[in-house]
Amino acid sequence: MNYEAVIGLEIHSELKTNTKIFCGCATSFGAEQNTHVCPVCLGLPGVLPVVNKRVVEFAIKAGLATNCTINNYSKFDRKNYYYPDLPKNFQTSQYDLPIAEHGYVDIEVDGKTKRIRLTRIHMEEDAGKLVHSGTTIKDSATSNVDYNRTGVPLLEIVSEPDMSSAAEARTYMEKVKSILEYIDVSNCRMEQGNLRADLNVSLRPVGTTELGTRTEMKNINSFKALEDAISYEIERQTEVLEDGGHIVQETRTWDPARGITLSMRSKEEAHDYRYMPEPDLPPIVTTPEQIERYRQELPELPDARQARLTGQYGLSAYDAAVITASRQLAEYFDAVIVDGADPKLAANWIMGDLAKNLNAEGKTIEDSPVEAKRLGAMILLISKGTISSKIAKKVFEEMWKSPDDPEKIVKDKGLVQITDTKAIEAIVDAVIAANPKPVADYQGGNKKAIGALVGQVMKQSKGKANPAMVNQLLAARLEQ
Amino acid sequence: MKLYDQPAHVLHDMLVNKEITATELTQAVLARMDAVEDEVGAYLTQTRDTALQQAAQTDAKIARGEAIAFLEGIPGALKDNICTKGVKTTCASKILEHFVPPYNAAVVEKLQAANPVLLGKTNMDEFAMGGSTENSAYHPTHNPWNTECVPGGSSGGSAAAVAAGMAIWALGSDTGGSIRQPASFCGVVGMKPTYGRVSRYGLVAYASSLDQIGPLTRDVTDCAHLLNVIAGHDAMDSTSSAAAVPDYTKALVQDVKGLKIGLPKEYFVKGMDADVEKAIRTAIEQFRVLGAEIIDISLPHTEYAISTYYLIAPAEAATNLERYDGVSYGERIDGVDIMEMMTNTRTQKFGAEVKRRIMIGNYALSAGYYDAYYLKALKVRTLIQQDYAKAFETVDVIVAPTAPTPAFKIGSMISDPLQMYLQDVCTVPLNLAGLPGISVPCGYSNQHMPIGLQIIGKPLAEETLLRTAYTYEQSQSFHKEMAVLGGKQA
Repeated sequence: MNYEAVIGLEIHSELKTNTKIFCGCATSFGAEQNTHVCPVCLGLPGVLPVVNKRVVEFAIKAGLATNCTINNYSKFDRKNYYYPDLPKNFQTSQYDLPIAEHGYVDIEVDGKTKRIRLTRIHMEEDAGKLVHSGTTIKDSATSNVDYNRTGVPLLEIVSEPDMSSAAEARTYMEKVKSILEYIDVSNCRMEQGNLRADLNVSLRPVGTTELGTRTEMKNINSFKALEDAISYEIERQTEVLEDGGHIVQETRTWDPARGITLSMRSKEEAHDYRYMPEPDLPPIVTTPEQIERYRQELPELPDARQARLTGQYGLSAYDAAVITASRQLAEYFDAVIVDGADPKLAANWIMGDLAKNLNAEGKTIEDSPVEAKRLGAMILLISKGTISSKIAKKVFEEMWKSPDDPEKIVKDKGLVQITDTKAIEAIVDAVIAANPKPVADYQGGNKKAIGALVGQVMKQSKGKANPAMVNQLLAARLEQ
Repeated sequence: MKLYDQPAHVLHDMLVNKEITATELTQAVLARMDAVEDEVGAYLTQTRDTALQQAAQTDAKIARGEAIAFLEGIPGALKDNICTKGVKTTCASKILEHFVPPYNAAVVEKLQAANPVLLGKTNMDEFAMGGSTENSAYHPTHNPWNTECVPGGSSGGSAAAVAAGMAIWALGSDTGGSIRQPASFCGVVGMKPTYGRVSRYGLVAYASSLDQIGPLTRDVTDCAHLLNVIAGHDAMDSTSSAAAVPDYTKALVQDVKGLKIGLPKEYFVKGMDADVEKAIRTAIEQFRVLGAEIIDISLPHTEYAISTYYLIAPAEAATNLERYDGVSYGERIDGVDIMEMMTNTRTQKFGAEVKRRIMIGNYALSAGYYDAYYLKALKVRTLIQQDYAKAFETVDVIVAPTAPTPAFKIGSMISDPLQMYLQDVCTVPLNLAGLPGISVPCGYSNQHMPIGLQIIGKPLAEETLLRTAYTYEQSQSFHKEMAVLGGKQA
C-alpha cells in the first residue's frame, strides 16, 4: 500500500524584545548564568507578571503577516507541569483565546504553490535551561538551573497538518522564518535556539482523508534535523504499518548523532496541563485602530516582494524566491539596483559570485565585504560596456579584498574594455595569420572552430576586448 | 493610661504634642508583648531591634521640629504572607521556614515611606488557608478575649495583636473573609478594600483573583488613615485599580441620614448564633435611629457562594503553590531524582489543609472535570456579582453579620473542614464579587465574645463604608473596650 505523510509543525520563535515578557530583565543571549533574573522571572513568592506591550505588538504583527484574524479579546492562561527549569511550575501561555488564529502562508515546492494553514499564534514565556554535570538529567549527579532564558518571550505558531513531505515542512519553516525576519520580531538564529519546532507526523493510505495516529518530535532546532527527523519517521512508520503493526501515539526525540527518533513518553504518560485563566493578568483587548496601525507598520512581505521582483524586474520565480528568502538579502538586492544597475544582472551576481564568496568565508550578507552600492556601480560598468563580464569577475575579486570603488579598480589595473574596432581588428588579423588550422576548419564548414580563435583574441587582449565585437569582427574577416 | 490601649490617631497627636516619645510608646508595646504574647501567640517573627531604631529615628525627627506622617513612630505588625526584604516571610508554612525575601511587597514600600515602627510578622493559617489560625505550622494563636478560643483567621495573628495591645495597627489579607472574620472575633475594625485598591505585589498569593490586603485597627479612624497609606495603583500589579485615591479621612463624618441600607435576607442563615443575630438586629435599629433607611433585599445566589469559593480559591491556590518545589528556594527534602525530591518536599512540608485545597483545586482543573467544576464556578461567580450589582441599584450599602458565630473554641472545628468552610458564608461573596467590606464591633455574646457588623459597599466605595462605619461606631462605645488578658501585668 502507498502511504502519504501528514505533517504539522509548532514553531517556537523567541521575540527580539529588549526585555522579558513579564519583567524588566534583559533577554540578550550568552550572559553569565543567572544574571538576567529578578524576583518576577524567578517566580519568588508574591511576585506578579506585567505584560510587555512590545510582545503583544510583535505577536499581532506576526499574525497580520501570516494572514491571521487578530482576536481583539485574548487572554493568558497557566499551563501547569512540574519541571525544574520552570520556576513557577506553570508556564504562562495562551490556551483558548490566542492572540491570532486562522491564517495561512503559501509555499512553493517543485514549482507548485501550496497553502499551509495556520491554526493559531500565541504568546508565552520561555523556560530556563538545565545545566547538567553529565549529559542528561538522568545520568547527572547534579544539575544547575540557569534562569536567564526564563521569561524570554516566545511566539508559538501552530500549523494545520497540511504538509506531506520533509521538503514541504522545510520550505514552510523557512517561509515562516523569513516572514518573522521581515517584520523584525525575531532574530531567528536557530543555533541560539531563537527558532525551534515541535513536529507531528502521521501516515495514511494515499487517497484517504482520515488522519492516522501521529507521533510528536520536540525541540527540532535546525532545518536539517527537521528534514532528517521527518524522513526517518516516515520510513519508520511505513515499516511498522507494512509489517501489520500499529503506530503508538507518543512523543519521540530526534537523536541527530544516530539519525533516529526514540520513544520518550506515550499518550498515557502525557501531561494533563490543567490549564486555567491567568488571574494575575487582565485580558488583552486590542482595538481595530491599534491593529490597523500595526498593519500600516508592516514592511513589504516576502510574497509581495517576490511578486515585485518577477513582475517589475522580470526575474525568474526561482531567482526572486532565493533573493526574497531573507529580508537582508532582499534589501541588499534593492540597494544594488537603486542607482540603475540591471536587476537580472544584479540577481546573477548576488546568487553567483557573491553567494559563493560569502559561503566560502562563512559570512552573512550583512557582513559582505562588497557593499550593495559598489556591486551596483560595477554592474553599471558592465552595462555601459566599460568592462566585460569576464573582467567584472576580476573587479569583483578586487572589491572583495579592498574598499576601492570599481571605477578606481578598473582604472588602476587598466581593465577598461577594448571597444575600439581598429584595435580589435589588429589582434583579429594577427590571430588569423597565426592559426591557419582553425581558420581552415571554419572555412571548411566547421563553424565551431571560431571558438578557438575568439579565445586567442581574448587572450591576446588580456581579456579586455569586448567579446561581442570580437565575435562579430572575427566572423566578418573569416567570411571574407 | 496604657499607651498600648490607644488608637493610632490618639498616639499620633501625643507624639506631635510631645506628650510621649515614639521610643516610650514602642517600649510600652514591647513590654505588653513580653507580658501577654505567651498567652496569645500572635507573632511568628519579632523585629524588636529595628523597631526601637525606627522609634529613635522618629524621636530625632520630632526633636528637630520636623513634621511627622500619621503612622510615623506608631508600632504595627504585618501578616507573615507580606514580603519583607531581609525579614523572614514564612506564610506560617514549614515549606518557607527560612525564606527571607530579597524584596519588599508594594505595601511595605508604601508603609516605609511613612516611617512606622514595625514590630514583626504575625501568625496566620498556613498560606492564608483557614478561618481560625489553627492551620499555622508553628503554633495556634489565642483570642485575647478568651484564650481558649480562636482569634479567627487567616489573619488571626494580626487581629489578636491589635486586640491585645501588642500592635497598634496591623495589615492582614482577605481572600474569603480573612481580615473581617478575625476582626469580628477579636473586637477590632478590619477592612477588605475593593479588589485592586491595594497592590498585591509581594503578597504571597493564595487565590489571586480574590486576595486583597487591608487594615486591622482599633477604630474606623485608624482604618481610614491606614488605607490612605496603602491604597493606590501599582505598575507591578496589573490587576490594581488606576482610580485616584481620595483622602479617606475626609469620609470620617457622622452622617447616615437618608443612607439606603440593604438588609439581605440570605445572610441571616440557618444555624446563625442567636447572640450574633441579636447584635446585628440591634445595630440595624441603631442605623434607623441615626436616620438611615433600611431596605430588605435579596441576593439570591448567596447559597452557592461557599461552593463557588471552594472551587475557585483552591484551583488558583493549586497553581500558585506549584512553585514550592524545593528547587531554588524554600525547604527541600531530597529524593533519588528531581521528581521524588519535589514530591518529598511538598508532601512533608505542606500542612494538611494546604494539601487538601491543592488536591481540590487540581481535581477541579483536571481534564474532564474543568467544565463541571471550575468553569461552572466562574459562571456562578458572575451571577453573584450580578446579584450585588442589582442590589446596589437601590441601596447605598449592605449590612450583614461578619460571621455566623462569635469566636469558637480552639480544636472544636478543626477536624471538620466542611463545618469550618461554612464559617465563611457571610464573607466570601464579597471576594467573589470584588467588593469592599468592613467589619466593626457591634456587641458581645453572652460569653462576652465580640461580634462584628459587616458593611458592604459598591466597588471603590470605601469612603461610603468608612462614613457608615464611623457614624455607627461613634454612636456606640464597643471600640473603646479592650480585651482583658490574665497573664503577667505589663
